[in-house]
Amino acid sequence: MKIKRSSWSLPYFIFLLLFVALPLVLIAVYALQDSSGRFTLDNISRFFSDADALSTFALSLEVAIENTLICLALGYPAAWILANRKYNSSAVTIILFILPMWINALMRTLATAELFNMLGVTLGKGTLLFGMAYDYLPFMVYPIYNILKKIDPSYAEAAEDLGATPLKVFLKVTLPLSAPGIISGVMMVFMPTVSTFAISEFLTNSKIKLFGTIIQENINSSMWNYGAALSLIMLVIIGITTLFDNKSSSAAQEGVI
Amino acid sequence: MMKKFIAKAYIWLLLALLYAPLLFIAVFSFTESRVLGNWTGFSVKLYQNLFLAKMQGSATLLSALENTLLIAVIAAMLSTMLGTVAAIGIFNLKGRKRQTMNLLNSIPMVNPDIITGVSLFLLFVFLHISQGYVTVILAHVTFCTPYVVLSVMPRLSQMNPNIYEAAMDLGATPFQALVKVMVPMLRPGMVSGFMLSFTMSLDDFVVTFFTRGTIGLDTLSTYIYTDARKGGLTPELRPLMTLIFLIILILLVIINVRQAKTQKKKV
Repeated sequence: MKIKRSSWSLPYFIFLLLFVALPLVLIAVYALQDSSGRFTLDNISRFFSDADALSTFALSLEVAIENTLICLALGYPAAWILANRKYNSSAVTIILFILPMWINALMRTLATAELFNMLGVTLGKGTLLFGMAYDYLPFMVYPIYNILKKIDPSYAEAAEDLGATPLKVFLKVTLPLSAPGIISGVMMVFMPTVSTFAISEFLTNSKIKLFGTIIQENINSSMWNYGAALSLIMLVIIGITTLFDNKSSSAAQEGVI
Repeated sequence: MMKKFIAKAYIWLLLALLYAPLLFIAVFSFTESRVLGNWTGFSVKLYQNLFLAKMQGSATLLSALENTLLIAVIAAMLSTMLGTVAAIGIFNLKGRKRQTMNLLNSIPMVNPDIITGVSLFLLFVFLHISQGYVTVILAHVTFCTPYVVLSVMPRLSQMNPNIYEAAMDLGATPFQALVKVMVPMLRPGMVSGFMLSFTMSLDDFVVTFFTRGTIGLDTLSTYIYTDARKGGLTPELRPLMTLIFLIILILLVIINVRQAKTQKKKV
């Protein structure tokens, strides 16, 4: 008997259903139940009437957006310089940039927080943003670098030959062509920052609570249904961000630039 | 000239900022002071304490280290096997089925850790599975396997499909054809998938945190989290972190230099 090789995907298909699809459905199921298992919308409405949770949610979004912008502002020039043969000819510098990605984020964050402590900087929102930029900058630099590196230099040369100033070449040629890199960089920074909990606790000495911390507190104190409802709300935000990623690149460009 | 100088200066300034905290930990691993940032003279006492297990609670730290490595090795091996078989299957799928698999495969990669963690936690609660080693490993396999699939896939498209058929025609069983023909050709993809899985498992904190249950299972990440929240870092963690930084640094430089060399050869 000959087994079709396409059927080799079956075990993984079942695995994905059980460990990826079902758990996501369960978030919605638990979010719409009370602790005795009856259907209810209380968990969702509780969030929208909970001033504390709402302001934490707003703060989390704000911090995530600010952190993404900081990383983009610092990371884009770095990626551009690294991808430019005139300024950088060795592969070692880009390796140095991505190395921290492979080091345990908790360790790096703790090291950063301790460094702030020694320098006598009070931990708060400033250190949170600064420390998160440390943590996530490599995730912004790498995808942008990859895309910039792939752009055919003859496009920029053609624009130059046709009389464009260097600034115009950058704005009209390089930047639009690098949009896919910007989008994946933004996703790679925004997603983890909007959902982090340990990192924000370390960097602010638990003074500032982010949304991830509230989810974790609820789950850990056995308030599964409310925790699931909060997770569901985060899933919706992430769903919206992912849709934005899938939009046609021209629309995405307008959004980013 | 001036432009080049500014560009270089910017890059090295960013790198200096990025590495400052790591260097700071490394420097202060060579002093005895329990408070970080307080230099009390050069000493290797913290390293001695770490290796001779003389510190308070060293048993928990060492067992956390052991758990981290064990979980990473097992999860990476399972992911590599599952992911390689899955990649071969998906590669032979067509149309809608293939799209569905690719979509499902991408979900764990775009999901933030906390969603993966909470959703798996709810799954284990729902199925009444008590949480511990097994659930942590299953959770790690869940977020590692997609990367194995993605690393093996390009190898499959480079491969000549007739070779596998030839092996079968010459009398190999499907299993023999897999082990003797496919695996050797897919090996580079499998190795990079394994390495990716291993490092991601080592790195993970959030998913482990939600799926480790209440049996007191600690990995390095959860140990550090609990330790830091108790107020103040155990000083012996400084030499440990320094060593881990160094090992990863050396490993990654070797891997990347080797990759760069093979790429140059191809060109």
